[in-house]
This record gives sequence, structure tokens and C-alpha cells, in this order.
Amino acid sequence: MPWVDACAVDDVEEEDLIRWDHDGRTYVIVRSLDNEFYCTDGLCTHEQVHLSDGLVMDNEIECPKHNGLFDYRTGKALRAPVCEDLRTYATRVGNGRIMVLVG
Amino acid sequence: MSKSTTPIGSELTVRDYSLTGANTRQAIENGLSAAEWYHSDVPRKNLKSLMKRRDAPAIRDTVIWIALHFVFAAGGLYFWGRWLCVPFWFAYGVVYGSACDSRWHECGHGTAFRTRWMNDVVYHIASFQIMRNPVNWRWSHARHHTDTLIVGRDPEIAWMHPISLILKALAFVGIVETWTSLKVLTRNAMGNLSQEERDYIPESQWPKAIFWARVHIAIYAAVLVVSFVLLVSGAAWKSLIPILLIGGPRVYGCWHFVMTGLLQHGGLAENVLDHRLNSRTLYMNPISRWVYWNMNYHIEHHMFPMVPYYSLPALHELIKDDLPPPNTSIWDGYREMMGSVMRQRVDPNHAIRKSLPPTARPYREHLHLAVPERNTGLEIGDQGGT
Repeated sequence: MPWVDACAVDDVEEEDLIRWDHDGRTYVIVRSLDNEFYCTDGLCTHEQVHLSDGLVMDNEIECPKHNGLFDYRTGKALRAPVCEDLRTYATRVGNGRIMVLVG
Repeated sequence: MSKSTTPIGSELTVRDYSLTGANTRQAIENGLSAAEWYHSDVPRKNLKSLMKRRDAPAIRDTVIWIALHFVFAAGGLYFWGRWLCVPFWFAYGVVYGSACDSRWHECGHGTAFRTRWMNDVVYHIASFQIMRNPVNWRWSHARHHTDTLIVGRDPEIAWMHPISLILKALAFVGIVETWTSLKVLTRNAMGNLSQEERDYIPESQWPKAIFWARVHIAIYAAVLVVSFVLLVSGAAWKSLIPILLIGGPRVYGCWHFVMTGLLQHGGLAENVLDHRLNSRTLYMNPISRWVYWNMNYHIEHHMFPMVPYYSLPALHELIKDDLPPPNTSIWDGYREMMGSVMRQRVDPNHAIRKSLPPTARPYREHLHLAVPERNTGLEIGDQGGT
């Protein structure tokens, strides 16, 4: 499974997320308050809404359409209407870039 | 400021509002379900700031809300037997039977408080007060946001055609809705979910729906038992007090939430994908706004449901140049809405279409018209907008 260069560290603000599209799939890259980086699938498991328009708060992403909540560290669905967990992907940072292990 | 044309969205000859009927299939086939909706442009930085959650405003409002329950109930009981008790019960009815609707709504979205358990606690209290199964309605409201006023998909359309004005008038005293709600809760408590409920509630949530219906019904049964015991003990009219305190306000205190709720989408267009065409923003007095938790900014709420109620006025200021002019008062809203409703009784395809300010982007007709087999011979020229 390849590590893929997703974006620059500075592309993502603290406690925020950006959309990242790769190889026909959409993901989000999340930056926590502790400056840790995470990557999850980019579409809500409830109704396929782009999570990149959502809110990052504490360790959670809130879907912009129905306020469903996910823990972005584990992908766990935390609040209805989401029931299905998000897939998560390993990340690493080097030379100011965020790399994601896709696959 | 408003102009009406006919029709705006898809033209339906027969409306089937059930969630499993012909219009359901039609909405899905035509791309109206789970579709792309119009959004006003809000810079991400501003939106992040508006979406920010705080506990303080909702804690303040909830403390006041709970305190008002006690104050008005105490007044009602203290002056029991005298006419002076009437205004206290009237006010108690509103804080119980009307303010619960907005608390149910905002906490259901999870936006009132920053702390999740606080949202959940108030959500359950308010769901009980308004006699809504907290599980069923969480899912029905999610669908309402996905498919707002899409016939055959939205389970929360208040003005279904053909419109019965008698039923709408009766809604202000809550008798029909209370009876219907109790029947649904009883049916759910017996382990029975309707076909429609099974359609919008995931199977994994069905046991929870049954559990909470049983909790609600058990409390109402206990209230009735206490009332009956008081009656047979010779308490006479005082035996009504338990019902006036619990359950009864859903009937005698619901008028305010019905009054504000009917304005949200009344007289506006079905089967469109632009909330500026199917939702209404209006200004209202501060007391109603407190009871209603700012849901008078209803276009803003539907466009950006993550913005908490206390930030909706700021969101309104930010995007109002892209929205139709708000109605200036509840009265003004009713005047506009009822004019349209009366026309809709004759022509259900009629809908209000307000002029947009010159600064606004045009109504996004293509979102809801660019689907196969849609009537495109409509008058769609924008009034204003660029």
C-alpha cells in the first residue's frame, strides 16, 4: 500500500479539515488542536455528504447536513443519524507535507 | 415585495405524501431526493466562527426555561380556584407546550449545547413534553433536512394538499395532534412501527424507539392514575392538576409553536432545491424569538443546520443580501402565507416566489428543473438577482 503525498501541513488550519481527492475517492485531512493529522473517508456514511464542509470540534467531525458525529481518530460513529463508522487512514508528516497510507 | 408565479417546482396532478407511494418513486427517479441544494456563499472562516458551540447561552436559556415552569406552575396552584390562576396556567402552557418544540429541535440537531449529554437530556425532556417519540422524530427530522418539502420524501410537511383549514385551526388547540401522538406512542410501545417509520428509521434503532415509547406512555399512565385517585378521593376539579401539569400543556399551550411552525414553509414551493423558495425567514418580537429559539431565521437554518440558534442572527446579517426580504412580523408572515394557502386550495401548484434583492444570486431553477421529464415550460425569470 502506497504512502501518498496529500497536502502541505499549512494547508490545514488548527482544529479544521480540508477535502482531499485521490484516485477517484474523496477523503478529509483533519488537523487537531494538538497539531496531529488524521485522514478519514470524505463522505458521511449516512447520506454521502462531503464532510469537508463540516465542523471539527474536540476529536470529532460533525456532518454539515444532519449533524451526525464521528470520532476522526477512529472513524467511530458517535451520534445519529450516522450509524456506520468512517474508514480511517494512517498519516505521517515529513518535510512539511502530509502523507496518507491509502488502500 | 413578493410576487407569485405558478408553478415553481415540479407540477403534480395528484399528491401522495406517503413515504412509500408513487411520488416517493417519482422523487427518487427525478433526482429530487438527497439532491444538491443551493447555499449562499459564506467564507469558511466566518462559517467556522458561526458554527462554534458554546454551553453558556443554552445553559442560561434552559435555567430560565426550567425556572419559568416552576414559577408559573406555582402561581397556577397558588391562585387555584380564582381567575388569577388563568394567566399562570396560560404562561405555563406556553413554556411547557410550545417552548419544548424549539428545544426538541435544536437539541435534536445537537447544536444548542457544546456538551453532548446536555443536548441529549434536554432533547429527551422536550420530546416527552411534545409527545414525540425521540427516536422516530430524530430520523424524520433528518429526512426533513435531506428532502425539505419534497413530496413523498419529507415526513414533516405541515401543509399537505388538499389543505384543510379546519384541521389547521384545530392544531392551535392541539387536540387532534395530541390524540394522534398518543396513538403513535401507544402503537410503538406495543412494539409496532408503521411501514413509514420502518422506511426512515434504521432497523438498529427500532428497539430504542419502542423503549422510549414505553417510557413516555408509562409516565402518562401514571399521571392519569394520580388524577383518577384524586378524583375518587373527592378532590373534584383539583384532580385535573396533574394533567394540567404534565401532558395537558401539549393541548392548551401548543398554540405558539403551531403559530410559528406553520410559517416555516407555509404557502411556499414543494419539490424545489433552493431553500429560498421553500422556507421563510421573518422578524418577530423578542419573546416569541426566545420561545422559538430564533427559528424565525428558517432559510438560514436549512442552509446551514450546523449554526446554533444563538448565532442565527449573525448568519442572517451575513447572507441576507442573498435572500428574499424577510417578513416584517408574524402578522406580515401570516398575511403572505394565508394569501398563498387560499390560492393553493384551488391550485396546489401555486407557490409564493419572492423577489430577490439585486445583490442576490438568482434562484437556482436548474437544480430542480434539470431532471428528466420535468415540465420546463414555466415562468422562471428572476425578479431581481444577478
